[in-house]
Amino acid sequence: MSGINYSEKIPNNVNLSGDRALQRALEHWQPNYLQWWQEMGPEGAQNFDVYLRTAVSVQPDGWANFDHVKMPDYRWGIFLAPQDGNRKAHFGEHIGRDVWQEAPGEHRANLRRIIVTQGDTEPASVEQQRHLGLTAPSQYDLRNLFQVNVEEGRHLWAMVYLLHRYFGRDGREEADALLQRNSGDQDSPRILGAFNEKTPDWLAFYMFTYFTDRDGKFQLCALAESSFDPLARTTKFMLTEEAHHMFVGESGVSRVLQRTCEVMNQLKTDDPAALRAAGVIDLPTVQRYLNFHYSVTIDLFGADQSSNAAIFYSSGLKGRYEESKRTDDHQLKNDTYRVLEVANGQLREIEVPMLNALNEVLRDDFIRDSMAGIGRWNKVMEKNGIAFRLRVPHKAFNRKIGTLAGIRVSPEGEVLSDEQWKNHENSWLPTAEDRAFVASLMGRVVEPGKFANWIAPPVIGVNRQPINFEYVRFN
Amino acid sequence: MTAPIPTHVIKQHLIDPEICIRCNTCEETCPIDAITHDSNNYVVNPEICNSCMACVPPCPTGAIDNWLKVLSDQAYGMDAQFGWNELPAEQALDETPAVAPAAVITVSIDSGDDPANDLQGMPSTSAGASIPPWSAAHPYVNLYTHKNPVMATVVGNYRVTDEDTESDIHHIVLDFGDAPFPVLEGQSIAVFPPGADSAGRAYHARQYSIASPRDGERPRYNNLSLTVKRVTAGYDGKPILGVCSNYLCDLKKNDTVQVIGPFGNTFLMPNQEDSNLIMICTGTGSAPMRAMTERCRRLVKDKGFSGKLMLFFGARTQRELPYFGPLMNLPKDFIDINLALSRSTDQPKRYVQDLIRERAGEVAALLESDKTCIYVCGLKGMEAGVIDALQDVVSGAGRHWLDVHSQLKSQGRLHFETY
Ligand SMILES: Cc1cc2nc3c(=O)[nH]c(=O)nc-3n(C[C@H](O)[C@H](O)[C@H](O)COP(=O)(O)OP(=O)(O)OC[C@H]3O[C@@H](n4cnc5c(N)ncnc54)[C@H](O)[C@@H]3O)c2cc1C
Ligand code: SF4
Ligand code: SF4
Repeated sequence: MSGINYSEKIPNNVNLSGDRALQRALEHWQPNYLQWWQEMGPEGAQNFDVYLRTAVSVQPDGWANFDHVKMPDYRWGIFLAPQDGNRKAHFGEHIGRDVWQEAPGEHRANLRRIIVTQGDTEPASVEQQRHLGLTAPSQYDLRNLFQVNVEEGRHLWAMVYLLHRYFGRDGREEADALLQRNSGDQDSPRILGAFNEKTPDWLAFYMFTYFTDRDGKFQLCALAESSFDPLARTTKFMLTEEAHHMFVGESGVSRVLQRTCEVMNQLKTDDPAALRAAGVIDLPTVQRYLNFHYSVTIDLFGADQSSNAAIFYSSGLKGRYEESKRTDDHQLKNDTYRVLEVANGQLREIEVPMLNALNEVLRDDFIRDSMAGIGRWNKVMEKNGIAFRLRVPHKAFNRKIGTLAGIRVSPEGEVLSDEQWKNHENSWLPTAEDRAFVASLMGRVVEPGKFANWIAPPVIGVNRQPINFEYVRFN
Repeated sequence: MTAPIPTHVIKQHLIDPEICIRCNTCEETCPIDAITHDSNNYVVNPEICNSCMACVPPCPTGAIDNWLKVLSDQAYGMDAQFGWNELPAEQALDETPAVAPAAVITVSIDSGDDPANDLQGMPSTSAGASIPPWSAAHPYVNLYTHKNPVMATVVGNYRVTDEDTESDIHHIVLDFGDAPFPVLEGQSIAVFPPGADSAGRAYHARQYSIASPRDGERPRYNNLSLTVKRVTAGYDGKPILGVCSNYLCDLKKNDTVQVIGPFGNTFLMPNQEDSNLIMICTGTGSAPMRAMTERCRRLVKDKGFSGKLMLFFGARTQRELPYFGPLMNLPKDFIDINLALSRSTDQPKRYVQDLIRERAGEVAALLESDKTCIYVCGLKGMEAGVIDALQDVVSGAGRHWLDVHSQLKSQGRLHFETY
């Protein structure tokens, strides 16, 4: 069962051919998917051979098989992590009981909603990234973009499989709707705000893969704890792929910083205008991009107090990040958690029941994780002897969801009047000029081993290939 | 007595911290749980990893695929790996001639290429300073290494937590006789437990903070004390007998111990008469705090210290708090003691960070002065909470945490040692 059957129309390790009705339903969905990919997938890139990592089994030795793959022929499919026959629910009210192999009636609606919300984010990022192929700073980066995109596409497949297999007609309709909504569409936008933002340039792409795909990691980790076993197994395998996306973001920003630092040292200046003139992205602009993507992404975790989150947890649908590594009672009925609120123009923490604060708990886990990586970015400046340090803005900065929505707060955490906010907004969030400047640097570099001027080459190549390897064959 | 240990060259499996993105894929993949992480790094336990390569293809960055040649008795321990910011350079493996005899002291503050580097008590988060306070006395480090360890004699060993509690913490006094062993408060030493692991490899040395002041547990004797907790369960709670801590706790008077060190050149106290110390610790993290407190107490006697001491000390219950009695006997106007008990029957659970927030006013006032240094020592898990609490205190006082924090770091005034 570990191998994936690639001879089938829909590669899978779930014995799809054993369920004719399901197979037909998915084969029916597939052409719509391919159509969507033609229209919404990476622009102007339909016939390349790209050096991709493809899973040939879900075992460690099988899921990273590297080869040149012709783009439209990527074998999107359905891969679940192996089933562990003895798995028990390990949090919530059903703790200690066998996990569910089918969706229980009373939790069906909630489970479907969770799966649809997750599923909706996957094609959204592909849509957001569709123009980036035209401005890739190198073959190496172009290859990474494709890798991210095909995996997002595959994650969509994973969610669609769950919807079809476990949620009957409603599930099929939801699966169709996943292809009908589009990122940024006026009439049928994607469900979550961050997935309707544009990803217009590569700095935005790196920030997106660093922050927003990290949201994906935390959501998937929480779902991988689910008592609904098929969901847990699907997301477990998706996580192995999500890691690569975060890598693209983390190393991407790092390389931008590295290049900027080099030029700063060459020109002996930290003047943004001089650096822009030299064709690299000045550090304050990187900080503004960071502020934007960070704040938009932490909104994805939802309201700071949510009864849905409590229900999802208590009924065993969605756990916490690293649930099984935590040592409390996994019921949380008597626990509390501190969340922020604004009172008398001041931010303060209040204690609320833990169960209602689980979105906030996950957000805080995310924040810790992203801050650690920013610490690693700062090492780039440290090593180059440059005093500038990137910082995450305050949790209440630029929020659109939850108690903090719409409240004006500086990156340092001071509550501001609208006017104070307006006075500083341009130094905290990317301005139209910033975006225009970054866009002006975006030109396509296709020669193997060559990189755009604004970004340093990576430290190592993909799968230990040399940096000047032919990662993309344009045919 | 320093029986030669047969060594051979091994290729140690290490993760490159500069490339690793901490995605957890490898930890998830390793079939025998040889990989673990802290808030800083993902690391491979050399005592468990059998080089099966299962983790290599799934790693999205290639960071995992590093195999460094080391001598079998000098494999980098997990503690060392947790502290790394980059991979160390490969050791030169042609045997260098015997090092200078123990009597000839080779002094270096930069332990750069020393094999004992793997034991260096590096600040465990980048949240801490990498330099000592400017006025700190000059430390000696790495006087004794793997190649020339020193023998110390046990002159005292007794339990400092109540008999009937779960935590068995011992106060152990080691005497170095004629061997020079100069130390400062906040430094640590490492001990080699005798014997070898199941694979026949000699045990690596375990590190312990010094609990006595620079002039000795017993003043003007060449001795020092340690605070050692008997490890009877791993971090995951599964019963396991820690090799070195059990060895140490069971030592009898006149037994001898193989020691290397001293280590540490940043977690050091300021040397000005009017400096203030904020000390935050749990369990055996009290060791360096005891050393510093005792140093100040001795100075006060000669009117050599006029600063303020503030201690936040966390334990499950009062009786599991090492040195509880002596601590409580210290004059209130000398040290401001705050105990956070997480399992006391007559009080709600409290952690050190709760107390820091409760005493925000006083902490903030101390932080106003650049003569105030902060020391955090104890369980790894406390770092984030303490940082958050300090941040709250500072922002509560209307200052910008990021500014205060970077000042604390650049002035060598905030120090972590967690394990
Ligand atoms: C800079 C530094 C200073 C230190 N100072 C002190 C000190 O002053 N006093 C002190 O007692 N220890 C101190 N330690 C920890 C000490 O070095 C050893 O890790 C500890 O004594 C356990 O060693 P062991 O040989 O008994 O256990 P091992 O045989 O190495 O480990 C057995 C198992 O216990 C786990 N384990 C290791 N340490 C602990 C722990 N502390 N709590 C729970 N589980 C653990 C391991 O993961 C392993 O699963 C310090 C560590 C560092 C890095
Ligand atoms: S899989 Fe690789 S990148 Fe991820 S944590 Fe492990 S070593 Fe780091
Ligand atoms: S090589 Fe094998 S045993 Fe070693 S860390 Fe990797 S997966 Fe674990």
